[in-house]
Amino acid sequence: MTSLPPPSARKLGLVIDLDTCVGCHACVISCKGWNTENYGAPLSDMDAYGASPEGTFLNRVHTFEVARDTAPPMVVHFPKSCLHCDNAPCVTVCPTGASYKRAEDGIVLVNESACIGCGLCAWACPYGAREMDSAAKVMKKCTLCVDRIYNDNLPEEDRTPACVRTCPAGARHFGDLGDPDSDVSQLVAARGGFDLMPEQGTAPVNKYLPPRGRDTLEIPDLASLCAPAPQAAAPSAQPTGLLGWLDRALERL
Amino acid sequence: MHPAPSLILFTVLSGLGFGLLVWLGFGLRAPTGLGAIILFGLGYGLAGAGLIAAAFHLGHPERALLAFTQWRSSWLSREAVLALAALAMMAPHAASSAFWATPLPVFGWLGAVLALATILATAMIYAQIRAVPRWHHWSTLPVFLLAALAGGAALAAQTTLALWLMAALAVAMVVHWVAGDRQFAAAGSTAGTATGLGGLGRVRLLEPPHSGRNYLLREMVHEVGRKHAQKLRLIALGAGAALPALVLALSGGYLAVARALLAHLGGMLAQRWLFFAEAEHVVGLYYGKR
Repeated sequence: MTSLPPPSARKLGLVIDLDTCVGCHACVISCKGWNTENYGAPLSDMDAYGASPEGTFLNRVHTFEVARDTAPPMVVHFPKSCLHCDNAPCVTVCPTGASYKRAEDGIVLVNESACIGCGLCAWACPYGAREMDSAAKVMKKCTLCVDRIYNDNLPEEDRTPACVRTCPAGARHFGDLGDPDSDVSQLVAARGGFDLMPEQGTAPVNKYLPPRGRDTLEIPDLASLCAPAPQAAAPSAQPTGLLGWLDRALERL
Repeated sequence: MHPAPSLILFTVLSGLGFGLLVWLGFGLRAPTGLGAIILFGLGYGLAGAGLIAAAFHLGHPERALLAFTQWRSSWLSREAVLALAALAMMAPHAASSAFWATPLPVFGWLGAVLALATILATAMIYAQIRAVPRWHHWSTLPVFLLAALAGGAALAAQTTLALWLMAALAVAMVVHWVAGDRQFAAAGSTAGTATGLGGLGRVRLLEPPHSGRNYLLREMVHEVGRKHAQKLRLIALGAGAALPALVLALSGGYLAVARALLAHLGGMLAQRWLFFAEAEHVVGLYYGKR
């Protein structure tokens, strides 16, 4: 049933430390590896050796620049995967019941054999956490490595999500965010952990830790000294086919 | 959002079909015999063609029956259930009108109410999505409803009714555009809130997570279609509502109705294209795009 369960006492999730992440993308690779070889349809790559390769990933690392007024600009590596929201909009929109949130630990999952591949859940997610697999035509998303964390066949230290297990910088933490005494909850409280896009009303379980205060300089914003910033001409992809015809026809009007 | 032809065709055609069935159900036009076969046939045909076009959008159409199960929570499921219920409820009325020249108003009225609900459910699929601020506004509902009812009235050759509904549709479209242009700012999502780093300074994307495209960018970040937004708005407003209203006001008869309908259909395709192409998803903020 795609109605959301009442908020669970146990809320398994991740805490991602933006201060510590070095942007190595090891979590991206280990996630793709584990989730291609184990639970559900593999994460496919399309045109892998061609001119425009692309693939399905459950975890991606973006890199942002924060320009500050009284300090040098800061580069922040930003890993992003499903936040396992308490008020998950992706679950309630699903017409088939394929998308669900587990009542016992709050993990949001997709039952791939019931997914019709309509894509509405991906539209409903503000974070871009869901990607339709081009080969399997079903929706893929982070499972919080549900097939690792409860897996008695793995050694105890491996019973964490693949991304957490592999992170060489210790920037990713896994635990129960519903328990105020858990290590992750303590970490969030100590470091001022925050939600992404709280205005979207999704109540994410995953938290992010802000970069710690770093060096400050008595100089103005460096970016402004470089003004006018060179504007790279946007590569205007010339549309082809129906879109191209529409584009040209409208241009002539 | 990516303006998928299957979705544009589905929303326009099925809207038109259900709009026609609303008026036939309420008995505004009570055709019998061949007339009923043609008009009800058009209504069922358009509504059905729209639903089939929508199935082409699915990755696994063979599992489509599961979409009837989650009506308690999902607007998409509600739309499927309501559409089927409307078509089934209207069937005795349609058959009786066509073959025994006896309309059955009770089935007609109930079917018409269900057809209205179907149109609103289609609109709610889009209006419910908070991550697309342009859609997440009450003005999305009147655009879908009036487009269906105006087109349906024209198809039923109810010229006076169609004329007024076309005028109302023009107003609804303008309200939707004007309100929609403010919605993204009103939602309050920025690169700062998306990353949570807005309090530290001005946030911009330095490097995307990958050099190629991905599903999210193809589906939700669509910048090409917006280039001609103003021209397309004029086409949608002119051909979709103003011109049909003018044609219906100045002349009567089936030729005028046919001309008005043709213009309306073209205009609504432009409007629906824009509805998708102009809608910006907040996920674009993670990619330095809108």
